[in-house]
Amino acid sequence: MRGVIYVLTALAVFGLALWAYQENYRTQQVLKDTQRLQRQIGEAQVRLSVLRAEWAYLNRPDRLRELADLNFDRLGLLPLRPDQFGRVDEVAYPTAPLPPITNAVDVSTLNGEQFP
Amino acid sequence: MNRIPLRPLARILDARSKGENPDVIERENIRQRHEDMQDRARARAEGRLLVLGVFFFCAFLVVGARMGLLATSEAHEPLASASGASIATQRADIVDREGRILATNFETHSLYAQPPLMVDPIAAAEGLAKVFPDLDKDRLIKDFTGKRKFIWIKKRISPEQKQAVHDIGDPGLLFGPREMRLYPNGTLAAHVLGGAGFGKEGVNAAEVIGVAGVEKQFDGYLRDPANGAKPLQLSLDLTVQAAAERVLLGGMKIMNAKGASSVLMDVHTGEVISVASLPAFDPNDRPRPPTGGLDPSDSPLFNRAVQGVYELGSVFKIFAAAQAIDLGLVNSETIIDTSGPMRVGGFPIGEFRKKNYGKLSVEDIIVKSSNRGTGRLAMQIGPKRQKDFLNALGMFDPTPFEIVEAQGGHPLLPKQWGELSTVTISYGHGLSTSPMHLAAGYAAIANGGQYVSPTILRQKGPQYGPRVMSPTAARQARKMLRKVVTSGTASFGEVPGYAVGGKTGTADKPKPGGGYYKDKVIATFATIFPANDPKYVLVVTLDEPSITAYGEKRRTAGWTAVPVAAEMIGRVAPLLGLRPQVEPGETAGITLTSN
Repeated sequence: MRGVIYVLTALAVFGLALWAYQENYRTQQVLKDTQRLQRQIGEAQVRLSVLRAEWAYLNRPDRLRELADLNFDRLGLLPLRPDQFGRVDEVAYPTAPLPPITNAVDVSTLNGEQFP
Repeated sequence: MNRIPLRPLARILDARSKGENPDVIERENIRQRHEDMQDRARARAEGRLLVLGVFFFCAFLVVGARMGLLATSEAHEPLASASGASIATQRADIVDREGRILATNFETHSLYAQPPLMVDPIAAAEGLAKVFPDLDKDRLIKDFTGKRKFIWIKKRISPEQKQAVHDIGDPGLLFGPREMRLYPNGTLAAHVLGGAGFGKEGVNAAEVIGVAGVEKQFDGYLRDPANGAKPLQLSLDLTVQAAAERVLLGGMKIMNAKGASSVLMDVHTGEVISVASLPAFDPNDRPRPPTGGLDPSDSPLFNRAVQGVYELGSVFKIFAAAQAIDLGLVNSETIIDTSGPMRVGGFPIGEFRKKNYGKLSVEDIIVKSSNRGTGRLAMQIGPKRQKDFLNALGMFDPTPFEIVEAQGGHPLLPKQWGELSTVTISYGHGLSTSPMHLAAGYAAIANGGQYVSPTILRQKGPQYGPRVMSPTAARQARKMLRKVVTSGTASFGEVPGYAVGGKTGTADKPKPGGGYYKDKVIATFATIFPANDPKYVLVVTLDEPSITAYGEKRRTAGWTAVPVAAEMIGRVAPLLGLRPQVEPGETAGITLTSN
């Protein structure tokens, strides 16, 4: 009986040692990954701030105005004026499509007959 | 444990037989027993003390060893904790009210040289002179072949220039990272943003510090890492600012003005939506302040809207009228005799082009801009009350506008506020203020009589200050301002759908040595729109405008500043989301009994 307990204890110690060993290496791996990710996040943030600056630079009002002037033929953009405000009842809504014709009536021209 | 009996029979009997006291034996035994007990207790306590001592020694040893280890080892960041965006940049962005970027940071490089590391100093100097045409080749050769160990060549270079320097291929030319401030919109809102420069510089980093405008005012906030990546949000609107500057520039050119400024302010929140001062500069490449004899107000760095204190002229008349109504001295229908001659303190008070308007109602005094009429109102008000009123409108102190230059815009007051000053100040002479002061004063009339302090920061809601006049007085003043546009001096200011109300002001420019120029004026138009329910105040000021119309040289605000302001309202109001509306007519017979 006592021998069995000794063997089991020894096995438990082996098992725990193995588990601790694995956990140790897993932890180190996770820390390495974290570091790598954080470096990537940092790089991405720098890239993002450059892109934001570039976006702001490309969208500066002076440039947009020049582009609108250059492409006036195609776009016809003009500064917003007070008379460009509309009212909802001035909007032309599309007319509702015709419901499907269920009981069609035959007419004489249906087959392409032409009257003289 | 075998105890010794306290009274051993043998010794007792023995003592008795000898005639001694047997109690002595008992006491002796008791004493001995106590001594034994003491010895045992001491031994145990000493043992415990020793164990405790060893424990404490070990504990302190561990703590000490850990401290030593921490002190001597290289520190490294905790790997598992997530570092946010807070350390990505050293200075927070500045954005407009919609979150569009006004100022941000950009990674660039600085270029420096270490001549001891150089392989071929002459070739390096020649290469550099080719890449940077502004560098002097001979000077570089002298530096590189001399005794110097370290030379800054360029504070910041572009990626293309960096590549070109790389291509020179000399190991003695080195780069350091530099964060620089970028203003992507160029000259837009330049006076508000100010600019930034480098503070303390090292090879690997340089401090970016604000040198003017909000960059300097909020330097602490922008540099505080505790704010993280939270940008500083201004009340400016980028599109409105762009449109306003465009219109102002066009107006300045057409009117042949030397300079111009405009302030557009929300009358309830005090937010300044756009503030422009022309000529402007590029904050990315901020010019040096003028030195030696030059008038600082001619420099593009000078912010006319907040730093320029001018006698703004007739635009002040509405304050006298509003105060007289507020005090119950008059109402807008009261007739005042404006006929001359009028002398105050020995000085004649005249009208524009020596006109004589005769008897006018208070409303017509404003509409026709009568100096004598306003002067008579001011004399009824008296110097003390006039002073208190203008002080309540913030005309005596620099505006609380949050850019560093605003502190420089200190109004110029008369030394002696006598009767003459009272009269001249009532029509805007003798008191010099900035256009920003004027905008704050008009905002009080527009929002129903409460002072609002102009601010450059985005606000969440109305920021009413103390009440300076009754709502009734403010309403009557607004009606007068509207009438100035419909049938007065500012008839060019009508913008259909926006019910513009305002007052013109044309003031002669003071000569540096005293007296006034005959042919140089400051033309101002201060407006509120829409006059029936004002939302914005716009002040447009032109410096030395003159235009030839109908065969005559014209300088008055009605011919110069008013058309510019009207064009600006037409451009800017739709951008602000104001939809043109039919002005509600007079509510005949209905009086407002309560608010």
